[in-house]
Amino acid sequence: MDWFRKPKYMTVRVPKKDKKAAIPENLVTRCPACNEIIFNKEIESADRTCPKCNHHFHMPALERLRLLADNGIFLEQLSGRIKATDPLGFPGYQEKLEKGKKNTSLEDAVIGGICTVGGIRTGLAITDFGFMGGSMGSVLGEEVARLIERCCQEKIPVIIVSSSGGGARMQEGIISLMQMAKTSAALARLAEAGLLFVSVLADPTGGGVTASFAMLGDIIIAEPNALIMFAGPRVIEQTIRQHLPKRFQRAEFLQEHGMIDMIVKRQDLKKTLARLLTVPRS
Amino acid sequence: MAHENLDFEESLVELERRIDELKKFSDNQRLDMQEEIKRMEERAQKLRRETYEQLTPWQIVQISRHLQRPHTLDYIHGMFEDFMEMHGDRAFIDDRAMVGGVAWLNKKPLIVIGTQKGKDTKENIACNFGLPLPEGYRKALRLMKFAEKFNLPVVTLVDTAGAFPGLEGEERGVAEAIARNLREMSILRIPVVVVIIGEGGSGGALGIGVGNRVLMLANASYTVITPEGCAAILWKDRNQAPRASEILRLTAPDLKQLGIIDEIIGEPPGGAHHEPAFVIEGVKQALERHLGELSKKSVKQLQDERYEKFRRIGFYTDADLPKPCSSPPANEDTAPAGGNGKPDKKKKHD
Ligand SMILES: [Zn+2]
Repeated sequence: MDWFRKPKYMTVRVPKKDKKAAIPENLVTRCPACNEIIFNKEIESADRTCPKCNHHFHMPALERLRLLADNGIFLEQLSGRIKATDPLGFPGYQEKLEKGKKNTSLEDAVIGGICTVGGIRTGLAITDFGFMGGSMGSVLGEEVARLIERCCQEKIPVIIVSSSGGGARMQEGIISLMQMAKTSAALARLAEAGLLFVSVLADPTGGGVTASFAMLGDIIIAEPNALIMFAGPRVIEQTIRQHLPKRFQRAEFLQEHGMIDMIVKRQDLKKTLARLLTVPRS
Repeated sequence: MAHENLDFEESLVELERRIDELKKFSDNQRLDMQEEIKRMEERAQKLRRETYEQLTPWQIVQISRHLQRPHTLDYIHGMFEDFMEMHGDRAFIDDRAMVGGVAWLNKKPLIVIGTQKGKDTKENIACNFGLPLPEGYRKALRLMKFAEKFNLPVVTLVDTAGAFPGLEGEERGVAEAIARNLREMSILRIPVVVVIIGEGGSGGALGIGVGNRVLMLANASYTVITPEGCAAILWKDRNQAPRASEILRLTAPDLKQLGIIDEIIGEPPGGAHHEPAFVIEGVKQALERHLGELSKKSVKQLQDERYEKFRRIGFYTDADLPKPCSSPPANEDTAPAGGNGKPDKKKKHD
């Protein structure tokens, strides 16, 4: 037997269904858009996009801060001082909060603070889908309201990046619902002060977040293919039994229907925001 | 008037039916059965107390959705001397799930807006089961801006399972329409009084729910998610809705305690549909009182108080405060009790 002719790589036949399980998840990811297997490192170094098809993966809030803020930091971080309680004694809420903290190393589903973007001082809040689906409870509502109020005082613009498929956080019941009114009311004051609000919608943004601050931008930007909805497609199909068109509730669908200003790919997001911040003439 | 009965009322309704029969029988046969009838009526009285005095949250949800419960137009026609309905959002359609117009209360005009449910299938098809489209919220905002322009107070009546969850609503921006109402209602220069008269379903209810005062009928419900939806998420079983409704704190007393609503308006035993005129009068008197109080306030007071009312809602611990606490309540009555970031509650749900 010729030892040197032994193939360098063994071919392992994987039954199609189990393909996912056979991929070492800590090293590579199968892109849901182009189905290619990509090294995680490659995805991470491309701002969590697919190098083959530019599919946008979820981006943790802290990474997004590095992407958008000058030097990747808050000059002054406002979030993180307050923590969720469990006002309803809701089953499983404590565990979900713990899991969210572990997933994201955040206190709740949002970070916020003051930074500069392209040299312009601005308030910036970013929600994190990895913390209970980015859902809005008391803490997210309070952090967003505090940031907006601070920007009213300082007379600086506000950018909020939403990745909140969870909408209003069920685990805090009606109190979560009221955060929609709270954050929207704060934005009314920002608008009265003549200050710019840019809302960036990342995949996915839903329910009570969409129906409050996320849709109230003077300018609304979405990332490509982001799911942006009020009622989720499953809810619609179950209650109304409607057949939903392809690409329904995706960023491109929303733009066609006049709901958002522009779709910006992640690589261009920072320069787009920096340019938009120069638009208001004080 | 015959009512559709709820499951927990069955034995009471059966007893009431037997009493009626016996009365008719004794009249027809000219028999004196007063003793027997009296005994049965006493039993019915006792059973009525037992049935209606300690309603569970789920029973309240059922009453809040009762088809024969007085709906928005019943209140409008019952409370006001006159009503001129205004139609349409000036852009697309007239949403029949949202009604509104000018009404006169004690000879003074105001703007009234409400979500409209039907009493039967035919009515419900006409008003899309009280599920507003984006255009409903836009019509509501148009009327509120009208009120602001002519210095009229606004009354909104909330009775909806939520905004219409469908393709049309999503295409035409129902989220944007609700969000815009939340923002604009918060800075209206005129008094706004909200009354939850039946079902308060999530964002679809809140979309006309930002007021200086939020009042609620005793058997109305107000929740971020239906008990059925909550049960489906928690236990993958919509039939567990009664259990979910125990957790969600969606009844008027719970919401009062959480500081979400300001006042509870009473209902007769069994619900508003047993005595609509009484309840409509109760809502009218509450409106007169609150509108009277608010009419004395300046524009700035109205705006600031409305802002603060919603601004302070939230439960969290704050590292910057000496001891962990909930956001400060404005007054004793609506205080989220406790001061440790948690409201008091009767029992813990696990
Ligand atoms: Zn790809």
